[in-house]
Amino acid sequence: MALKALRKLRPTGLTGTTGTPTGPAAPAATPPRAADGDVLLETVGLTKSYAGADGELPVLAGIDLKVRAGEIVALLGKSGSGKSTLLRCLAGLIPTSSGTVSYRGEPLTGANPGTAMVFQTFALLPWLTVQQNVELGLEARGVPAEERARAAVQAIDLIGLDGFESAYPKELSGGMRQRVGFARALVVEPDVLMMDEPFSALDVLTAENLRGELMELWESGQFPTRAVVLVTHNIEEAVLMADRIVVLGSRPYGTIRETVEVDLDRPRDRDAPAFQDLIDRVYRIMTGRQKEARLSGRTEPADQDKRTVAGTPLPAATVDGLSGLAEMVAHRGGRCDLADLADELGLDVDDMLPQVDALDLLGFARVSGDDLVLTEAGSAFAGADVQTSKPLFARAATEVPLVKLITNSLRQRPDAAVRAGFFRDLLAHHFTSEQVERQLETATDWGRYAELYTYDADRQEYRLDEGASAKI
Amino acid sequence: MSFKAGGAPPRAPLSSRFAGRLSRMTWVDVVVAAAVLVLLYLVLRVGQGTTVRFSTDQSVTVDTDPSRLPYDAARSLLRMFAALAASIVFTFAYAYVAAKSRRLERILIPALDILQSVPVLGFLTVAVTGFIALFPGSMLGLECASIFAIFTSQAWNMTFGFYHSLTSLPRELDELSRSFRFTKWMRFWKVEVPAGMIGLVWNGMMSFGGGWFFLVASEAISVNNKDYALPGVGSYAGAAVTDGDLGKVGWAILTMAVMVIGVNFLFWRPLTAWAERFKNEQSEATEIQRSVVLDFLRRSNWPRLLGTSLRPVGRALGRAARVFGTDDRPLTVDPARRRTGDITFAIVAGGLILWGLVDLGFYLDDRTGLGVFGEPLVLGLVTFVRVVVLVAVATVVWVPIGVRIGFSPRLTRVAQPIVQVLASFPANFLFPIAVWFFLRTGLSIDVGGILLMALGAQWYILFNTIAGAMSIPADLREAMDDLGVRGWQRWKRLILPGIFPSYVTGGITASGGAWNASIVSEVVTFGGTTLTATGLGAYIAQATADGDFPRLIAGVAVMSLYVVGLNRLLWRRLYRLADTRYAL
Repeated sequence: MALKALRKLRPTGLTGTTGTPTGPAAPAATPPRAADGDVLLETVGLTKSYAGADGELPVLAGIDLKVRAGEIVALLGKSGSGKSTLLRCLAGLIPTSSGTVSYRGEPLTGANPGTAMVFQTFALLPWLTVQQNVELGLEARGVPAEERARAAVQAIDLIGLDGFESAYPKELSGGMRQRVGFARALVVEPDVLMMDEPFSALDVLTAENLRGELMELWESGQFPTRAVVLVTHNIEEAVLMADRIVVLGSRPYGTIRETVEVDLDRPRDRDAPAFQDLIDRVYRIMTGRQKEARLSGRTEPADQDKRTVAGTPLPAATVDGLSGLAEMVAHRGGRCDLADLADELGLDVDDMLPQVDALDLLGFARVSGDDLVLTEAGSAFAGADVQTSKPLFARAATEVPLVKLITNSLRQRPDAAVRAGFFRDLLAHHFTSEQVERQLETATDWGRYAELYTYDADRQEYRLDEGASAKI
Repeated sequence: MSFKAGGAPPRAPLSSRFAGRLSRMTWVDVVVAAAVLVLLYLVLRVGQGTTVRFSTDQSVTVDTDPSRLPYDAARSLLRMFAALAASIVFTFAYAYVAAKSRRLERILIPALDILQSVPVLGFLTVAVTGFIALFPGSMLGLECASIFAIFTSQAWNMTFGFYHSLTSLPRELDELSRSFRFTKWMRFWKVEVPAGMIGLVWNGMMSFGGGWFFLVASEAISVNNKDYALPGVGSYAGAAVTDGDLGKVGWAILTMAVMVIGVNFLFWRPLTAWAERFKNEQSEATEIQRSVVLDFLRRSNWPRLLGTSLRPVGRALGRAARVFGTDDRPLTVDPARRRTGDITFAIVAGGLILWGLVDLGFYLDDRTGLGVFGEPLVLGLVTFVRVVVLVAVATVVWVPIGVRIGFSPRLTRVAQPIVQVLASFPANFLFPIAVWFFLRTGLSIDVGGILLMALGAQWYILFNTIAGAMSIPADLREAMDDLGVRGWQRWKRLILPGIFPSYVTGGITASGGAWNASIVSEVVTFGGTTLTATGLGAYIAQATADGDFPRLIAGVAVMSLYVVGLNRLLWRRLYRLADTRYAL
């Protein structure tokens, strides 16, 4: 239905309220429209690092990427893979550490003139009306007021917001707010639309609807931009929307793990076997490499000792979360397809990845094909009550490098106490300060639950849990 | 729903909508128009008085006929608002430069921190002398000195708040501005100022409340054994005090109360209610500031008409301001050049400061010898004890009362506006009555001084305790009821930790205010009697009256040292504790 409406749009719709057929206001210095296949954005040997204890810590490395006119590129990765950082490098919002980013062959020296951003959190100015928000980009270019109002009204109509022109953002629902975000970006007709997880702050139904409408608009050929870069952690979203999926891996830092071309016809049918196969394939790419390393590590105990704090970072999973997952898998006979489980729970597969990684790291489960399989220890853990699960968890957790490091350090001290700063400094050699905090947070949660050690937040100090040795 | 095509709903042409609006002129519009006209007339009429000829030889007599009070009040108000305007301009400029220049930030922000702790009243003398020299033979010099004194009590706080909001601008708003290539002008007026507006308004209101105190203190002042007075409520009260006429003092107090409440009702309430629109919350707020005056203004057509007629001006300014350039940050910085710049800047700034210090050292050495710092250091201890006693007693008295009020919504509604007015009512206005009381009862000023200082400072503790008690969630209180936690245990486990963050804010303000107040509280006069306490405040006041600059500088420097030291050693730590441990 929407498609039909759009077909009508181009020839007559743009006459809008004014009676004169003008497109959305174009700035004076618009470059010629790029033909399909022209390279719009290009990065060569891009690396991005932040300061750590040993100097620079890479977040992204060796990124070679081209974005061509006429395509939608999805940057897909787990949190911490540097996908949002890459998007901001492409938009010229943050400098690269080395390598170049160029737009139409020109290296960037500041904010990219050919991109406009749609934000995860919408980034609407709450003190301006919908129309004023949409006009911002044009106002910045010095477009005269009348022209800018005309263009804004057209963009607002295009995106399904008519009637909301004089509303303030806080009166709108999440979906409507993100429509404003889209209209604001589209009205300046950027060459490349940058989308930073635009649907992840919306509820499932709203996101689905907005994605669908956006794709219809893209296919109709009326889309005001020539290319789209979409950052997402949602595999299905990437397969649904993109022509090309760039999968970013996160260990030891963000690199392009593989690029997947999506040749499926649009509109794409989620239930089609080809669609499902592709999702499975992308999922395997996202989890694949670490799985191989892990599995071999599990079978060869000698290898397990080689696991280091740097090489096996703790996933951001709480004990509650990971035991919840273990129990669900146990309910299904100790083995289940992850995608099915996620479906049942109304989650995305990738939402469960930290818990999956955690079970794997603890030796409670392993990933085999698309299935998650509980190990013997995992089944015991899942079936245990609170008191018996604790020693089981403690035994498994002591084999986790960071937990082991903390426990051993504490045992060596006569007073059985170590300042958190000590571990922070150690970790700073391998992680950015933000990552360090997350690592310690998880290690604290796990260690406390396992009653291996306690953490005094006031003194910022780890202490050996007195009852610990007796309980194991 | 789908992206749909089609035009906007049909609209009436602009001109006819405009005409329609005009034809709907209501009585509300007439009232508002009349009010504006009267206000303009008053400003012009009263403003004329500020340029009256005046020479330093002239001895000043203040007419204490109560019928002069409305005019005096208007002059005082004009001063307050002139200082507010100056503070806002200063805030924008200073905070913007500090937030945007990495190098200047390192000097400007610590400087602001010190300025905030300097007892402003001590410098009034310098200001008066300077401004009189600047405008010879005109009242404008005195006028400026008074405005300057009020300004110094308002500006620092507002600047700090705005600087903070500039540097803590949400990341996505910064990225929005750069990604859409806003001009610098647009970023400032469309993003940064609105984002900081709520803080600006609330800080402005609090600072304005504190400003009354300085208004009173600066309207009538004696420098170098000479008396200066400006027409105003403060000087009126001063004259009434000299005459020892309690009746006229009463009239002045009444006028002051009317002004404080009136400005609150007609100016700050509407402004805080208006500022609600700048809340960066994505949902409707639960507690909304309301103002009858603002609702009344909104019912009239004037705001819209004004908006429409001013829009071209705004656009023209926006176009003109494109010369300031686009909001962009260069992606590459030459590290060598940056380092060279840093070093040059450090050398120049360091050199200037060193030169000033050496010069000051020579000046003091020349006049009195550096031993001049000894006496104020000792006297400072005495005043320090007064401040500590004040904060301690005020805490013991007002915290239980504040908690009581804060827990009862009904009491809060009644008490909060009253406390707000009490906090901004200039305490030095009540000094004459207190002195009369001291003289009657024979209470020593050394002890009574604490009482005088407390007259102004204690309200901050009460005010913030109420706010803290209100912020304790009802479900926590219900949980405590449910568990049967009461008495001392309830205070220890729930109430004290709950109000702690707010209490610290109140405590720091009260202690800073008390130091400042000591300058006017340790020497007080009523009729022909002058009472002088032992303390740093009295030392500074004495140096001011004698025009003894070396001792004045020493006194002010030592007091700043005490305030900064106390802040760093005590209040900052409590702040941090409140932030990490007791944040609700």
